[in-house]
Amino acid sequence: MDAEATIVSTALILPLFGALGVVALGRWPNLRDSWTIAIGLATFGSVARLVGPVMEGARPALVQPDWMPGLGLGFEVEPLGLLFGLVASGLWVLTSLYGFGYMRGHGEKNQTRFFACFALAIAAALGIAFSGDLITLFLFYELLTFSTYPLVTHAGTEQAVRAGRLYLGILVSTSVLFLLFAVLWTSVIAETLHFTPGGILEGQIEGKQAGLLLMFFAYGIGKAALMPFHRWLPAAMVAPTPVSALLHAVAVVKAGVFSVLKIAIYIFGIDFLASGGFSNVLMIVAAITILAASIHALSLDNLKARLAYSTISQLSYIVLGAALATSASMMGAGLHILMHALGKITLFFVAGAIYVVAHKTEVSQLDGLGRRMPFTFGAFCVASFSIIGLPPLGGAWSKWFLIQGAFDAGEPWMVVVFMASSLLSIGYLMPIVARGFFRPLPDGEEEGLDEAPLLMLLPLCTTALACFVIFFYANDVYRLLAPIVGLDGGS
Amino acid sequence: MNDFSVHLPILQVVIPLLAAPFCFILRKEAVVSVFTVLVGFACFAISMDLLAQVIDGDVLVYELGDWARPWGIEYRIDILNALLLVVVSSMAAVVFIAGPGQARRAIPEGRGYLFYSAALLTLTGLLGVTITGDVFNVFVFLEISSLSSYILIALGRSRRALMAAFSYLIMGTIGATFLLIGIGLMYQMTGTLNMVDMTERLRDAEQTRTIFVALAFVVVGISVKLAVFPLHQWLPNAYSFSPPLVSAFLASTATKVAYYLLIRFCLGLFGLTLVFEVVEIDVLLLPLSVMAMFVGSIAAIYQRDFKRLLAYSSIAQVGYMTLGLSLASEAGVAAGLIHVFNHALMKGALFLVAACVTWRMGGTRLDAMKGLGRRMPVTMAAMVVGGLALVGVPGTVGFVSKWALVSAALEKDAYLLGFLVMASSLLALVYVWKLVEIVYFQEPETGIERREPPLRLLVPTWILAGASIYFGVFSDFAVDVASRAAAQIFAAGM
Amino acid sequence: MMQLVAHWNYFAVIILMMVGLYIAISRGNLVKKVMGMNIFQTSVILLYVSMGKVSGGTAPILIEGRDDIIYSNPVPHVLMLTAIVVGVASTALGLALVVRIRESYGTVEEDEIVALDRAEDEREFSGEAG
Repeated sequence: MDAEATIVSTALILPLFGALGVVALGRWPNLRDSWTIAIGLATFGSVARLVGPVMEGARPALVQPDWMPGLGLGFEVEPLGLLFGLVASGLWVLTSLYGFGYMRGHGEKNQTRFFACFALAIAAALGIAFSGDLITLFLFYELLTFSTYPLVTHAGTEQAVRAGRLYLGILVSTSVLFLLFAVLWTSVIAETLHFTPGGILEGQIEGKQAGLLLMFFAYGIGKAALMPFHRWLPAAMVAPTPVSALLHAVAVVKAGVFSVLKIAIYIFGIDFLASGGFSNVLMIVAAITILAASIHALSLDNLKARLAYSTISQLSYIVLGAALATSASMMGAGLHILMHALGKITLFFVAGAIYVVAHKTEVSQLDGLGRRMPFTFGAFCVASFSIIGLPPLGGAWSKWFLIQGAFDAGEPWMVVVFMASSLLSIGYLMPIVARGFFRPLPDGEEEGLDEAPLLMLLPLCTTALACFVIFFYANDVYRLLAPIVGLDGGS
Repeated sequence: MNDFSVHLPILQVVIPLLAAPFCFILRKEAVVSVFTVLVGFACFAISMDLLAQVIDGDVLVYELGDWARPWGIEYRIDILNALLLVVVSSMAAVVFIAGPGQARRAIPEGRGYLFYSAALLTLTGLLGVTITGDVFNVFVFLEISSLSSYILIALGRSRRALMAAFSYLIMGTIGATFLLIGIGLMYQMTGTLNMVDMTERLRDAEQTRTIFVALAFVVVGISVKLAVFPLHQWLPNAYSFSPPLVSAFLASTATKVAYYLLIRFCLGLFGLTLVFEVVEIDVLLLPLSVMAMFVGSIAAIYQRDFKRLLAYSSIAQVGYMTLGLSLASEAGVAAGLIHVFNHALMKGALFLVAACVTWRMGGTRLDAMKGLGRRMPVTMAAMVVGGLALVGVPGTVGFVSKWALVSAALEKDAYLLGFLVMASSLLALVYVWKLVEIVYFQEPETGIERREPPLRLLVPTWILAGASIYFGVFSDFAVDVASRAAAQIFAAGM
Repeated sequence: MMQLVAHWNYFAVIILMMVGLYIAISRGNLVKKVMGMNIFQTSVILLYVSMGKVSGGTAPILIEGRDDIIYSNPVPHVLMLTAIVVGVASTALGLALVVRIRESYGTVEEDEIVALDRAEDEREFSGEAG
């Protein structure tokens, strides 16, 4: 095993090890929480150490051939997976910090189980990120579903159990009915499941069948929340906010769109996708999801639900980017995984902070709160601008490439979709900021500073700052992703 | 030493056979229980050795009393037999460990030794059916195992166990007699009872109506034992009213051996051409398998008792196995055999969980299981593992089975069939999740004191649950052996 | 026609078989069920024995120095010895179970037993609700 492969296995095993440690240290909360942070940092560190080699073109691989004959469990780190791995493991550290503040401030029960499942979910997300073939991806995809189930139903109330049923019902049914079926189908026609640059399906399948297979994949990955299989995401919002923040804005949903993107690039191949015209159906479905979810978000008063629908809409940007199948759109989709993650996690952090400090959950209750919690609302404002796509924030880059990709593909209507959706996102995000800063406080509430606990404030300011900083470092991310989408490095 | 190892095939059957009356003589439960575990593991060791001897394709022949065929009975071991021997004896060994802790609770006082005698006789019968190369001997061993399993079922605490055993006795005897009729007709056509001779002569014989009728009788007779839909009515009662340990033992061995018989007779004796091209039993077997998958799973969703739920789920799982056979391809049969191995592990684990629940709660009614997740977390974790395996979550044995089965279906371009298999496994998710919600999210009615069953019960449960994961991750063993067995029997069936 | 008559032994077997099967399935009385099962098994014994008959053959007892004698096939008879033992065992076990059922239910009629079971079910689950 060479040095890089060792790092890969370390990165994969650390979170699992972390979960065990959390269980073992459950009796001593401080020790347990420090352990989580240490493991988080170590995991992020080992993922980050892969950046250099991968930038230079290495593809560290780790193969465990003992799983079903012909179907070894294989990992291979390529740029897109590395990016997702960095996002998931990096934000895990911040979310853990935030989570301690939230869970303690809120006096939640079963914190040990909570943080153990959290670590397990991160392990699964890294497994997806580094998977070298479809079957490994599927394995970790399912592990992610089941490890997050206890987090969704954490409250144990009737409502949480029902939400859990919906969560599991949609995610497992789609994955088994469509995704597994698509995987098997692929294995029969292509006789390999390995993610190969340029794709493995070209020449094996065409026309309507290829379109059907693509739809099986897209709908099979229920975590990408394409309509009409999006209902699990709003339902999952009953979970504690750190879960919504990391998992349902970053790890789980990004695992979904990441899988779609990875399948588009490495199974279908950009050229094959672009040639057939069979991705039109997926394009239309994604466009509808973008618009419908944005419009629905406008009508929602519950803050977390509004953010959830915003997430559904933003996820379909990435799916649409994949379906457009041009180098620029793929680049945009890849960048958007990072940019949206930074923005949306900030928004959820803020929602949680508001809940812990002011016990408010509805948008209409937020009048004047921005003056009591200026840092929190300031972060919200920055993140909102990034989601909308205004420079100098990270979101501007991904949107730029996506729109350019739509032009390249000769789909002017899709340009209109992106534009319209940006306008809509102004419509559902800006009123929150406006209310917070400009409306008077309701009667009986005192003016004066009442910020969130430091453990919560620090992470949310960090991520908001990151939205800003990444605008200037987007070139590095571009250079990382350029080879796989067929663009020249550096710009 | 060399002499001794030559006799392993007969020892495989004779050891449990002799041990059974020995238990009867010993009587003292403490002694008997240790003794039985030793016997179980001896059988397991022998079966592993036999498997190792035949895995490369050699066929091991043992002539009883040195009488060569056609005069004597011979034991004939190829990969298929050996695989089943391993499944049966390993499950028996593991279940026997659980004996002592369990027997006192679910089996009336002072009858423990009867349990062991009858269980060893059942084991003898099942091993005998699997190992023998003589068709009449199959019938005799089948009846040995059946008669003793009726006794085992009747040992259940509630009086309904008696009725369940009685119905099974009537059904089972009719099934076995059907098999006997079929064997008689086959004998009439070929003049031999030895499987090898019979195979040769059946290939050459004219395809007369007698052979067709023989095939029909044999298939129906075995189907009763296998609980192929709609001949499954005996199974839910038999599994839910018998002592849980007995359910664990029978569910993971008896139907598996019946499946072996179906393969042996269809592919080995009658041959592929006759069964699937002339008579075309797949026309009937395939829809019945699919119906079993759905009807069994849907019925399981509505059950109010844990063991009954598992029993209905078994009917659905048998559907997967027969589906594999009715695909009439090597991959299909291999998938069926993989599922035999895997299903034995997961159902064994789940029925042992039922045994733990019985130990704690005195029964397995679902409303008595509320909140057990906090009261016996280790046991319930095993239940979750077994349940996930039933659903077919990747990383568990269930996934390996499903993958093999659906690949086999797609290989034959049966896309709809593959899709149906997936859909039916979602029904398994429904009933497994119903269990999970009851166990983890409903408030217990009486206290939340935490108490796990004794280790003797917990250890075998987790051996099987752990194996469900281990063989799900490292599935080489099962897949490899099953594929070799399928290839061998297919070569013979041509 | 003549061919059918010549096979009269098989007709006897089939009639017995059907009679037995019918009784085992349709009767509600458990003892009768056991008897039906027994008749069914017996018909198979006849099937085997008539199968072993070689026309003009005699009992298969080897006589030294005579190779002109036709013997009946002894194998089916031997097989049936075993089958008889199996039949006796299953009948005995069946009857033993019937005795135990009678002890605990007070009846051997299937419909009454089913009714008793159902009543017990209802008590359990309604007791749960109340």
